Amino acid sequence: MLQHSIQLHSIDYVLLVTYFVFVLGIGFVLRRTVSGSKDFFESGRSLPAWICALGFIGANLGAQEVMGMAASGAKYGMMTSHFYWVGAVPAMVFVAIFMMPFYYGSKARSVPEYLKLRFDEKTRGFNALTFACMTIMSSGISMYALAKLLSAILGWNFHGCILVSGVIVLAYIFMGGLTSAIYNEVLQFFLIVFGFLPLVLLGLKDVGGWDGLVAKLVKPATDAGFAPDTWTHSWSHTGSAATNPMGVEWFGLAMGLGFVLSFGYWCTDFLVVQRAMAAKDMGAARRTPILAAVPKMFFPALVILPGLIAIALHSAGGSFQLPSKNGGLDYDMVVPTMLAHYFPTGMLGLGLTALMASFMSGMAGNVTAFNTVFTYDLYQGYIKKDGNDAHYLAVGRWTTVVGILASMAAAYAAASFNNIMDILQLVFAFVNAPLFATFLLGMFWKRTTGHGAFFGLIAGTVAAAIHHGLSLPHGAAAGIKGGWLGAVHVYPSEMAQNFWTAIFAWSTCFIATILISLLTRQKKTDEELGGLVYSLTSKIKERDARWWQRPALLGSIVLALAVVLNLLFW
Amino acid sequence: MHLDVRIPIGLLFVVFGAILAIFGLLSDPAIYQSHSLGLNINFAWGVVQIAFGAVMLWLAFRGRKAKAQISGGVRQ
Repeated sequence: MLQHSIQLHSIDYVLLVTYFVFVLGIGFVLRRTVSGSKDFFESGRSLPAWICALGFIGANLGAQEVMGMAASGAKYGMMTSHFYWVGAVPAMVFVAIFMMPFYYGSKARSVPEYLKLRFDEKTRGFNALTFACMTIMSSGISMYALAKLLSAILGWNFHGCILVSGVIVLAYIFMGGLTSAIYNEVLQFFLIVFGFLPLVLLGLKDVGGWDGLVAKLVKPATDAGFAPDTWTHSWSHTGSAATNPMGVEWFGLAMGLGFVLSFGYWCTDFLVVQRAMAAKDMGAARRTPILAAVPKMFFPALVILPGLIAIALHSAGGSFQLPSKNGGLDYDMVVPTMLAHYFPTGMLGLGLTALMASFMSGMAGNVTAFNTVFTYDLYQGYIKKDGNDAHYLAVGRWTTVVGILASMAAAYAAASFNNIMDILQLVFAFVNAPLFATFLLGMFWKRTTGHGAFFGLIAGTVAAAIHHGLSLPHGAAAGIKGGWLGAVHVYPSEMAQNFWTAIFAWSTCFIATILISLLTRQKKTDEELGGLVYSLTSKIKERDARWWQRPALLGSIVLALAVVLNLLFW
Repeated sequence: MHLDVRIPIGLLFVVFGAILAIFGLLSDPAIYQSHSLGLNINFAWGVVQIAFGAVMLWLAFRGRKAKAQISGGVRQ
């Protein structure tokens, strides 16, 4: 255990406090721009594409991402880049070009509301409810992780960390709504880049540049029983699940992660979609995910590389050593250990501020998505349908308070019952995996019916649960890891099991939705479905736009770059 | 009237950069031997941040001027 390993000095605290002042200041200045619910929940649909784009990735750049990807980099090597170059980037281009016209172009104010317009009330209700619970759980986990980390490395008070982080996020969202959250995400984005970039540069210099790193990564690979270059290639060793540390083969990787999980997240999760829907016009909304994909593509250099450097240094047996946990290495400590190793006081304050910024942006993203879905889809949908705008604005503000309080409760739940958190996360994974099939069919096949969508989703969720119940990752005991129906198949790793659970859930939902739709009557007329389904929506003409404003062209460039990166690190 | 997000970003980085650069000049060089490979990272990265913050502020200032010219033109 890395007990109180980092000593902060007054200069570090000065930086931290300065950051808090700016964060709250942004909320304070923006409070005057909020005059109605549209300003509070949708930023008045007024923001330029580049701000939405940085908010789009900022909201996703939570600490789980920053610390988790560094941990995966150390554990699995360059294969972690699949989360970016196979996972995120293609899905971001797809949502921009094909799905944004329906989200932004329809009158929907949220993703669940789109489901109501396209299908029916029950599909919307199911999605809104599960999504609301999921955002609270994620924000709670973020809070818990932050408090646990800070109390471990700095000796700060656990309760104090939860209270302070909660109150700051609450204050700036309460005052400035979504605009305040997005502005802070943009600020946090730059802070994370400036906080981690010197860490990577110093680390690279220390290991002797990229060539030195490649040479030093031979030992961790051969020690683990793999080919010497396993840690520095992304595809070369995916011919079989046994030849790489992730324990997945190329098909499970491309289908499970690249298609089902990534498209499910980037294309249907309101947390990110909300940022694009705040854009000032259709063109800006469609450019948002594509512009976001550009920095996203280069993030592996910022978040995966520290993991590679850390494991290289650790294996070399010098002064840099990762702490251990339960007989193995504590990979989650990669980033804090690197910060303590390379940053003197001063820069250490900047690094910790960046880390804290990533926790807060993850939390704020969840809370703004929660207050919108709760107010529009649950409160206006089921509790009070005919309130005036000021009423819904007030509800939104107080929902933010409730959301933060609920997140705090979730953080304490995570602290006291670790298993409950695992079970809940699992349930939500089951709910999320099939969702992309519902949206794909809803947007591109006008025959899809409300019953088809709803029962297809349920079937997909049940399929995910059954697959999980019947399979087990190698070396795990039956229970929370799977196999609770009796394990009939053992996967080489937990990740392989996750990918295949997602593939089964998606396929079941896809097939069930088609079959049930064919057997049930379409209750929506073609007029009602205009603007919601591809074949019934007039195509957007891009001829007047300049080349750099055309989503299809920009998207193609971004995809080509992603292909080049895949080939470079093949 | 919206706040231009480049203003708080620019200000924050100029302030952060200045604090780190000044601290870098005043601090004991020994801390850089034991941490950042002997490089005075506080000073170096502080200067980089000041430059980035200044560019952000300049962009915000330029955007404001362009906006003022457009609304001035409309009035005429």
